[in-house]
Amino acid sequence: MDLTLSPSEQAFRDELRTWLAENHPGEDPPGDDAAFEHRRTWQLKLFEAGYAGFSWPKEYGGRGATLVEQALFGEEMARAKAPPPVNILGMVMGGPVVITHGSDEQKERWLRPILTGEEIWCQGFSEPDSGSDLASLKTKAVKKNGEWLVTGQKVWTTYAHKAKWCMLVARTDQDAPKHQGLTYFIMDMEQDAVQVRPLYQITKEPEFNELFMEEARIPDENVVGGVGNGWAVAITTLMNERAGLGASSAAGVRIALEELKRLAAERGADEDPVIRQKLAQLTIEVELLRLNSWRGLTQIMKRGVPGPEGSLPKWQWGEINQTLTEVAVEILGEEGAYWGSPWTYRLLRSRANSIEGGTTEILKNIIAERVLGLPKLR
Amino acid sequence: MNFDFSDDQQAIKRTAKELLAERFKMERVRELAEAGKYDDAAWKELCELGWPGIFIGEEHGGQGLGTVELIILMEELGYALAPLPFLSNAAAGLVLNAAGSDEQKERWLPGIASGEARGTVGLLKDDGEAKLVPHADSAEVILLLGHEGARVVERDQAEVAPVDTMDATRRFCRVRGDAGEPLEGDRIPGISRVAAALAAELTGIAQRAMEMSVEYARDRKQFGRPIGSYQAVSHRCAQMLLETEGARSASYYAAWCGDAEPDTLPLAACMAKAYASDAGWRVCTSALQVHGGIGFTWEHDLHFFLKRAKVDGMLYGSAREHRDAVAELSAPREPAATVA
Repeated sequence: MDLTLSPSEQAFRDELRTWLAENHPGEDPPGDDAAFEHRRTWQLKLFEAGYAGFSWPKEYGGRGATLVEQALFGEEMARAKAPPPVNILGMVMGGPVVITHGSDEQKERWLRPILTGEEIWCQGFSEPDSGSDLASLKTKAVKKNGEWLVTGQKVWTTYAHKAKWCMLVARTDQDAPKHQGLTYFIMDMEQDAVQVRPLYQITKEPEFNELFMEEARIPDENVVGGVGNGWAVAITTLMNERAGLGASSAAGVRIALEELKRLAAERGADEDPVIRQKLAQLTIEVELLRLNSWRGLTQIMKRGVPGPEGSLPKWQWGEINQTLTEVAVEILGEEGAYWGSPWTYRLLRSRANSIEGGTTEILKNIIAERVLGLPKLR
Repeated sequence: MNFDFSDDQQAIKRTAKELLAERFKMERVRELAEAGKYDDAAWKELCELGWPGIFIGEEHGGQGLGTVELIILMEELGYALAPLPFLSNAAAGLVLNAAGSDEQKERWLPGIASGEARGTVGLLKDDGEAKLVPHADSAEVILLLGHEGARVVERDQAEVAPVDTMDATRRFCRVRGDAGEPLEGDRIPGISRVAAALAAELTGIAQRAMEMSVEYARDRKQFGRPIGSYQAVSHRCAQMLLETEGARSASYYAAWCGDAEPDTLPLAACMAKAYASDAGWRVCTSALQVHGGIGFTWEHDLHFFLKRAKVDGMLYGSAREHRDAVAELSAPREPAATVA
């Protein structure tokens, strides 16, 4: 057991820390469009410094970073409070899927503009009637004259109004068992047959969108991983999404915890024995999230792929963030009711943490079935 | 960065697991617990293997290994629920190692390392009594730690009164004593390692209770299907995994700090003991719920785990006391308090 960084890991972290201090883009400006452009510029800056698509193999324009370096990258980005690069979905999900399942032509066409931020990607998986039960989705793709015509509705598509490409899973075989009749497409968003409508959340922000498709056209060469293999390809995407969350989310909640402790000190709440116990418990859980992530990383390095235990940090992170914001609002007292207070916003936003990227219930199912080997529900 | 045991450490873990599984089949644990005894023959065997002195320096007759090796044994001792005076003796060794004078170490550590003249540790309360001192009636030396200072007391000079606790796998005593000599060094590094060791034992207990639950949930059928296929049951088991793994990460980390990052040790150990104390109890109570009525019977083994987990949680500082120390140690100000 050795939890110290090697000299090269240490050097990497110091270099990155220095770079972030010198190149930090500052906070997002107000307004969604301005914030978007700000993050796009940031993405390009990261790309030019070789920090975009950090985990991607070198041959595809990435850096071929080790898992430890990736974790350090996430920690340092969170530590510096740097905004995420704009094309986060393309880099974390789209790119890795194309690298794993795509043809040479597809890699040539799509990978580089993801890294530069030139082409934004969004994700069309969930539907109004297919959330956790993703494989039951109904959006239909029919082949006609060598191209696919897609009709249906998607929901929770972040950045759909800005995206050039959509990672879309659609049903291509109505008669096959539900997991087998699906195909993974990359759909061009710039066509009239695709309509985007903002979806306002409980925070009153339109962070997500609804997507309506009426015979939207997708050329055959935009199928990734073969017709009928959509489920397997989609699972790769989700595994990447969850594995990528561990270390950086731990760093994120650690910063939130420091902010909470400052709030408690300012308001004299840190002397209150009940609040003290809650702050200590959060301190412990934030540290455990970090330790579990690093232990999980050691396991991935030994076995080569992210395993189902990658579901633990996502679950923990959601609970910590929710409790943390509750304690903050408890400390604020009646002022916690005020709309526009940052903690009040975070209290509300955190309620999505146990839903987005796999609900806590689905994560528990995965742990029960794949880690503990309990009998399947269905 | 490698958050896993080395090959040598893996070998220690494997050997310990196999040996303890052989010596402490549940029938044997039950027999010993019901008789209020520990296994003298097994203790002698472990002494010959050098277990009690695993972390004690070779100059005092130990093996000169570290805290990580110690907690590997502790986790397996918890998993096997071994009725042995191992923890009490190790606690004395850890505290003496940290706080004892050269003469005190010279005098007591060899007996602790060989297991032939055991020690134990008690935390004095404000009324001058240590309430929960494991195996004090068979130890040669008792370290009594209080807010006003600490003393090294020979057993014959102390008032030792055995007391029945809910955990029958250990013999506890109440202890008073003003005799002996002061223990003057910094005991925090010692008691922090004790906390890490207990957190590891709780991890082992939680692991076993979880495994028993998963096995039962696979086999037991109600309404025509295994109860583990119901989410009310399977999500409980997932929660057990979350808490067991958390306790494991925390105790391993604290032990590693004990060997490699002594400045971080007190905070890491308080975190581990606080979390594992809660996790040990919650995993065991959840296991009882999964087992239903049979889990509430004396004839089922689960209650021995549940009770040891509860008493481990109280021993050498509760979750609440350790959380208080975490609040103090992790506050932006100068750290001041610790548990013991």
